[in-house]
Amino acid sequence: MAIDYLPILILIIVAFLFAAFILGLTWVLGPKRPNKAKDEPIESGMIPFTSPRQRFSVQYYMVAMMFILFDVEVIFLYPWAVKMGQLKWFGIAEMAVFLLILVIGFFFVWKKGAFEWD
Amino acid sequence: MTLPNLDLPPLLPEIILIGMALLLLVVDMAARFRDARAEGSLMAGLTFASVLIAAGATAAGIGGGDASVAGVVLVDDLSRYLNLVVLLAAGLSVLLAWAYVPQFSRESSSFYALVLLATAGMMFMGKSVELITLFVSLEILSVSLYILTGFNRHQLASAEGALKYFLLGAFSSGFFLYGLALFYVQTGSTQLAEIAAQDSGGVLLLIGLGLLLVGFFFKLAGVPFHMWAPDAYQGAPTPVTGFMSVATKAAAFIALFRVLAAVPGVPVEVWGWAVAIVAVLTMTWGNFAALRQKSLKRMLAYSSIAHAGYMMTGLVAGTDALNAILYYLFAYAFMNIGAFAVAAMLERPTPNAPQDATIDAARGLFDRRPALATAMAIFMLSLTGIPPLVGFFGKLYVFGAAVSAGWAWLAVVGMLNSVVSAYYYLRVVVVMFMAPEDETSYVRSRIPAGAGTAIAVAVTGVLLMGLLATPVFVELGRAVIALR
Amino acid sequence: MLSFAWIILVFPALGLLINWIFGKRMGKSYIALVASAAVFASFLTAVGLAAGLAALPADARAVTVPLWSWIHIGDFQVDFALLIDPLSVVMALVVTGVGFIIHWYAATYMLVDDHHRELSLRMYGRFFIYLNFFILMMLTLVLANNYLQLYVGWEGVGVASYLLISFWFYKPSAADAGKKAFIVNRVGDFGMALAIMWLFFLFGKEAGSLAFADIFHAAEGAGAAAAGAMTGITLLLLLAATGKSAQIPLFVWLPDAMEGPTPVSALIHAATMVTAGVYMIARSHPLFEMAPTTMAVVAWIGALTALMAASIAIVQTDLKRILAYSTISQLGYMFLGVGVGAFTAGIFHLMTHAFFKALLFLTAGSVMHAMHGELNIDLMGGLKQKMPKTYWQFLIGAAALAGFPLLAGFWSKDAILYEAFLKSPLLWGVGIFTALLTAFYSFRAVFRAFHGDPRSEHAEHAHEQSPGMTFPLWFLVIGSLFAGLLGLPALFGEHVNVLGNWLAPVFADLEGEVHGSEGLELTLFLVSSGVALLGIFIAYARYIPEWGWAKALQRLFSRLQPVLENKYCVDEIYMAAIVNPLRRLAEGFYQLGDGCIIEGIVNGVGAVTVRAGGYVARMQTGVLGMYALSFFVGVVLVLLWFLLFVT
Repeated sequence: MAIDYLPILILIIVAFLFAAFILGLTWVLGPKRPNKAKDEPIESGMIPFTSPRQRFSVQYYMVAMMFILFDVEVIFLYPWAVKMGQLKWFGIAEMAVFLLILVIGFFFVWKKGAFEWD
Repeated sequence: MTLPNLDLPPLLPEIILIGMALLLLVVDMAARFRDARAEGSLMAGLTFASVLIAAGATAAGIGGGDASVAGVVLVDDLSRYLNLVVLLAAGLSVLLAWAYVPQFSRESSSFYALVLLATAGMMFMGKSVELITLFVSLEILSVSLYILTGFNRHQLASAEGALKYFLLGAFSSGFFLYGLALFYVQTGSTQLAEIAAQDSGGVLLLIGLGLLLVGFFFKLAGVPFHMWAPDAYQGAPTPVTGFMSVATKAAAFIALFRVLAAVPGVPVEVWGWAVAIVAVLTMTWGNFAALRQKSLKRMLAYSSIAHAGYMMTGLVAGTDALNAILYYLFAYAFMNIGAFAVAAMLERPTPNAPQDATIDAARGLFDRRPALATAMAIFMLSLTGIPPLVGFFGKLYVFGAAVSAGWAWLAVVGMLNSVVSAYYYLRVVVVMFMAPEDETSYVRSRIPAGAGTAIAVAVTGVLLMGLLATPVFVELGRAVIALR
Repeated sequence: MLSFAWIILVFPALGLLINWIFGKRMGKSYIALVASAAVFASFLTAVGLAAGLAALPADARAVTVPLWSWIHIGDFQVDFALLIDPLSVVMALVVTGVGFIIHWYAATYMLVDDHHRELSLRMYGRFFIYLNFFILMMLTLVLANNYLQLYVGWEGVGVASYLLISFWFYKPSAADAGKKAFIVNRVGDFGMALAIMWLFFLFGKEAGSLAFADIFHAAEGAGAAAAGAMTGITLLLLLAATGKSAQIPLFVWLPDAMEGPTPVSALIHAATMVTAGVYMIARSHPLFEMAPTTMAVVAWIGALTALMAASIAIVQTDLKRILAYSTISQLGYMFLGVGVGAFTAGIFHLMTHAFFKALLFLTAGSVMHAMHGELNIDLMGGLKQKMPKTYWQFLIGAAALAGFPLLAGFWSKDAILYEAFLKSPLLWGVGIFTALLTAFYSFRAVFRAFHGDPRSEHAEHAHEQSPGMTFPLWFLVIGSLFAGLLGLPALFGEHVNVLGNWLAPVFADLEGEVHGSEGLELTLFLVSSGVALLGIFIAYARYIPEWGWAKALQRLFSRLQPVLENKYCVDEIYMAAIVNPLRRLAEGFYQLGDGCIIEGIVNGVGAVTVRAGGYVARMQTGVLGMYALSFFVGVVLVLLWFLLFVT
């Protein structure tokens, strides 16, 4: 039985070897002429004036998290909307409960100042 | 299409808890509070009331037969008793948290809402008969507990414990989910009943079961998946530690039972030995590590690991040991939360948060607060397993079930471990009763009413359940008879 | 029909719960009311039980009322059950009856503390909670139907006793006394635990339980084969009884226990708890009957304790300590009684003693209040005029104790002495001499405290106590006067011994007792009366007219004085022979602990365990990577294990 899967194993090994071969080839063939401008991190062509290793405000994460939360909510709305015709009042009620919970959460984080930047 | 059968009344307890969690957030938005204490009291009061009502609703349903809701959860007497264990743990913890949380946080509403959500998650977990529901309820309780662990933002240990818990928890959830996926691949269903109806196992089912077990062991803090537990238990606010060390285990044990009972074609020797070895490792590791601890809370954290090991001993006996484990869970809820409650009374307040209590803080406690010291002594003796306290009967039933299922050596290891554990439990008693008071001793000058009530209830439970061992055990046996 | 018996336990439990939960908001009068009412309700229940039993035919008067099944393992079962039979009902009546009167008295007595300051509500409530707890435990003890439950009650009353002795916990002497009682009792309880385990190993399998009836049945079945073991078991039970009932060698705690509040001394350390040992022996009589050696030991321990304690009592000057030694002495009589097989007489004396000793202690409490805490009888005198009611009450109590003819103590003591004479005239001799001492020291207390001129400031200004304290005592007075009529000797007819007839079904299995002639009984009867009167007369001669010959008599015994005043140096001997060597031994071990011998042998296992604990704990490094690694290793191992079974 396992023998049936042998081609797959061979394919995996070949893929690895090929990738390694190509990367090694560029390393061997490519010219290496480093200078200062090349070594700098790219900032859309601007000249960087501070170190890129800075701490971000925790608000970034808050906003990102909120975004994901409420984005997922929308994902649930699509299939619901598609099947709305069959779900009828049951669907309405279900979604109402779902939204109610989210809305309470939304207002709560709002009230707690999660969206204020400072 | 046919709509799922949504018969909600059997889920009333869970609905009450979730509704109250939302209500707490609304109340917080609507009301203004004088200070943290006033807010904390209102929130704790509402939470406690909802826990009581949920417990009442659950108790009223006992003996009322089985009800399946939407094919994903099964409300039977087993799950009702699990509800009671979890609600008991939640109720006692809320009483303890009443005056505790306002010491370091103004976010009481979130705290109690998370406690309620975690409780509801545990209750769902214990009645899930469908793998995705199981996973979702596991995640609800896990995420709530991650936050609760790190709830004391001013304390590094709290944040550290939460982070470790979260990262390793995410790690374990991955394995768990992978296990579920393999189950589905092998059997084509996520319903436990349908999985059980399959006639044979198969490679993927075995691997899937292994991965599921890993996820459960993580929640139960079984060695070697336990590393998060001491840090998380020590870092978490003490009421949370008491709550999660008891209630999470309860939910995980019951859910694990349902899964193990449903796996087709895997002989008990296969998973039994895996569980037995982990049980031995867990109780031994927990007991030995507890020996040298100086912090009372960390010592209790390791003791909690050891007790998970004792309970796993019953697991190998299969459904015959279910009432033994249920009994142990009740027993453990009383004695362990009681012990954490007393530990909380020994924590020296600092501007940010109460400082961890060392065992030496209990020096001469008997002279200063005889009642508190006596209560603690009762908890310690019960945890050691000394008759006629409840801990003794818990071990008696669990080890007894293991023996009658042919795992006598496991019971012997368990008993030897109990002997080791006597060393560190009795040390606390000795320190309280014999050691003279010195500058390390500390106890709150006033015991808050909530914590006092929690301790009194726990003492009553430890004594009463010891006295009523057989009737309780028989009643629990009746509850699980359907599973056999 | 007697299935309502369980409510007798519910009342004190309710009382203590109510006072515990609501006590702080209730005020003192309600606390006392709840506690006393609870005990009174129990008393009424006990009366109901007695009536219920009486309605049954004599041989059916042993009803087991199961409450719940406690431990159930295989074929072995221990139930929580009440055994309602004539013996347990008598005990329950004494405990709740005398207990109720003492609660009533304490309601007034405990309003002030030991320094005559007002007692805080909290302490007051605590006192009654402890008292109700004691009643609950004592009832559990006497109504138990098996040894394990008996043991629960046994330990329970020990805890209550400990808590109440050190009730004035801020006084070092009280705290020490509590500790001493606890430790000495622990020695006895150890014997009890061993005895129960032995019984369990011997008969547990056969009997299937630890219930008295089953154990006795199994023991009878074993017969002579178990005679040796039976001697061992009964000796261990006896050790337990000597601890609880303050007999040689474990009597040292009781005099110190007088540090507790006086109602406690009356209730626990005179009327009820200390008689538990006598009750336990009477309850276990089928076992003791099988061990004649133990019976002889019981009788001799009783007789010697009675003599020793009485001789100490004649030189004590502290009123409560006189009563304490007198209690030890009277308990000795009870042991003598059960030791010679006169179980009915032993229980009879237990009952009458409960009345007059409680009365004496409570009047002593009244005197103590009147004297502002002073208890030295050398500093009293002339209290008769100041507190006439208390005087009469004390006098009747003392007369009953002294065995004054026709009072309660006379009948019961006489019953014991008569049976002792039939067994061994020597035992009777010790007993009758003790009776002389008893009559002397009880009236010494009466004459020194109440007659003559006041010998101190406090005595000058003493005054009668309020009715709250004097009134309840009249009930005890009635008991001290007439309780003896319940156990009239056979001399007066066949069926006049009410108590004897009542208890007959319990002790029906005893072998036919030897009966002396009526002439002998009458002779001994007259001798006892004469001895009691003689003792009283000597006390009178010595303390009222202070006649020369009486003083000369005292000089004759003055050589003994130092020994007696030092209580035969028993405390010191225990200190020197047991406590100090043990302490030295412990220190020796401790010092040797640094050396390798003890470390290696005794501590070896422990040390290795603890050290291993250190290593285990150190593996918890706190590094998250390590945690994840440990987790992953676990996953790999679990999966490998499962893959082993792939076929």
